[in-house]
Amino acid sequence: MFDILQYQFIQNAFMAGTCVAIVAAVMGYFLIVRGLTFAGHALPNIGFAGAAGAVLLGVDPVIGLLAFTISAAIAIGILGKNLRDRDVVVGIIMTFALGLGILFLSLYSGYAERVYSILFGQIVGISQQNVLFTATTSLLTLVVLLIIYRPLLFSSFDPEVAEARGVPINVLGVAFLVLVAITVSIAVQIVGALLFFTLLIGPAATSVRIVQRPLWAIVLAVFLGIGYIWLGIFFAANGNWPVSFYIATISFAVYLPVRLLSPLWIGHRARKNISTGKETDQTSVPGREIEQVDVVQTHGRVSGITR
Amino acid sequence: MDEYKEPVLELEHVKIQFGKRTILDDVNVSINEGEFIAILGPNGAGKSTLLKLLLGLIKPRAGIVRVLGRPPRRGNSDIGYAPQHRVLEADLALRARDVVGFGLDGHRWGIGIPNHKHRASIDAILREVDATAFANAPVGQLSGGEQQRLLIAQALLSNPRLLLLDEPLANLDIIHEQEIVTLVQHICRSRNVAVMLVSHDINPLLPVVDRVLYLANGQSTIGTIDEVITSATLSKLYGSQVEVVQALDRLFVVGAET
Repeated sequence: MFDILQYQFIQNAFMAGTCVAIVAAVMGYFLIVRGLTFAGHALPNIGFAGAAGAVLLGVDPVIGLLAFTISAAIAIGILGKNLRDRDVVVGIIMTFALGLGILFLSLYSGYAERVYSILFGQIVGISQQNVLFTATTSLLTLVVLLIIYRPLLFSSFDPEVAEARGVPINVLGVAFLVLVAITVSIAVQIVGALLFFTLLIGPAATSVRIVQRPLWAIVLAVFLGIGYIWLGIFFAANGNWPVSFYIATISFAVYLPVRLLSPLWIGHRARKNISTGKETDQTSVPGREIEQVDVVQTHGRVSGITR
Repeated sequence: MDEYKEPVLELEHVKIQFGKRTILDDVNVSINEGEFIAILGPNGAGKSTLLKLLLGLIKPRAGIVRVLGRPPRRGNSDIGYAPQHRVLEADLALRARDVVGFGLDGHRWGIGIPNHKHRASIDAILREVDATAFANAPVGQLSGGEQQRLLIAQALLSNPRLLLLDEPLANLDIIHEQEIVTLVQHICRSRNVAVMLVSHDINPLLPVVDRVLYLANGQSTIGTIDEVITSATLSKLYGSQVEVVQALDRLFVVGAET
């Protein structure tokens, strides 16, 4: 059963998959807290269109991937500042890119195998050179994310105060999406668009339901991501079904019970805290509150009449 | 020390314009340290815009603005700011303590290794606003009044000389409204920090404010409650007949949208 670990291509899949899982989990956390989950889904698909264009032009697909995903990231970052129409902007850009992708594929006369592999990945066909490349870019991406960690977190949760405190929130927002775009362009060639999106959102969506402290949520997401990809590759190597299926299914199977049951522990912990909080509040200012209640009630009536 | 003798905030003939629309014209205000100022006025009068001007987020079309003797600039740690309409309901992925911590080092680069000093400053500020009991709860689970305490704590972490609070009493029930007013008054007096609090209703603030800055119709006036909240002053400000009615120790402005 563990014999498969002896094979070089399985070892490569484990190593590259682990690198992608780590970076995807960290980025996924920020995508979720910034309300950009849909952009995380759209960017790999937009990359697919770019790769199709590159194949048509006869250049390396990674050039098309980078060109399309970075342009889309900048457009989403600039146009999608407002949370309310962010998904609309992402949807419009993604459908436009997919339209172009279909056109490119129809214009291309040959069998676009390299393009299809970007949708579904080829994780068991990775060379050692690919592993080294993935590890290097993952490390660089992580370093950049660590450098911008605090201001990015601040501007994700509290953009107005962050801006007032001198955080360049617009530049940071676009820079983060460009970083996601670069990671997408590299990772989809290794694991495919579907799998990358699973590793991006699944682990972080689950971990924010389990722990509240941002750093711990990210660490837990990383461990979940690594666990998913290891189990997925292990099952796929021992079975006949595709690795993407296993990983997406594991991700869903972990998320579902956590999502359904999390109100139990999140609510419980907070209720306990809030009730003690109110008790101390009341004992700290005795009498005054009751007096105020009276005054305000009359105030409400009077203002109702005068208007 | 000389620098503390000068006003915390000075505005001279300040004009704010968005495109061709004049928001405020000829604002003249001087605020001293430790003063508690209420900013009042109808919706769209430019209350929040005025705060953004002090934060350096927008520029005046004309006039002079000085915060502690210097022009406004972004990232000024002498100003603590808590904006209105904060959407914290959905944020389960953040503890109360983390929200407050942003005020300490959220703008710095790097990951920020947690240390004793960091923790101690946050604990001290949480005690000051009486938020210790829910320090580790997810913010999405807290009531409006509890969230408001956290936002004030966050704004205080840089030890500001000027505290700008935009509608901290909005959407609060009457008990929590009074708690927040009492808390802000305590902070204002004990820290000797100037407070500018935007509100749509003067009544909860009647016993605590030193002066009122009233904005309406592009114009402004500043003074004590007795000077500003009068039929004569407000009629002049609005440019139409406005009546201030006193009933049950409360003030009501009639004839104007407040």
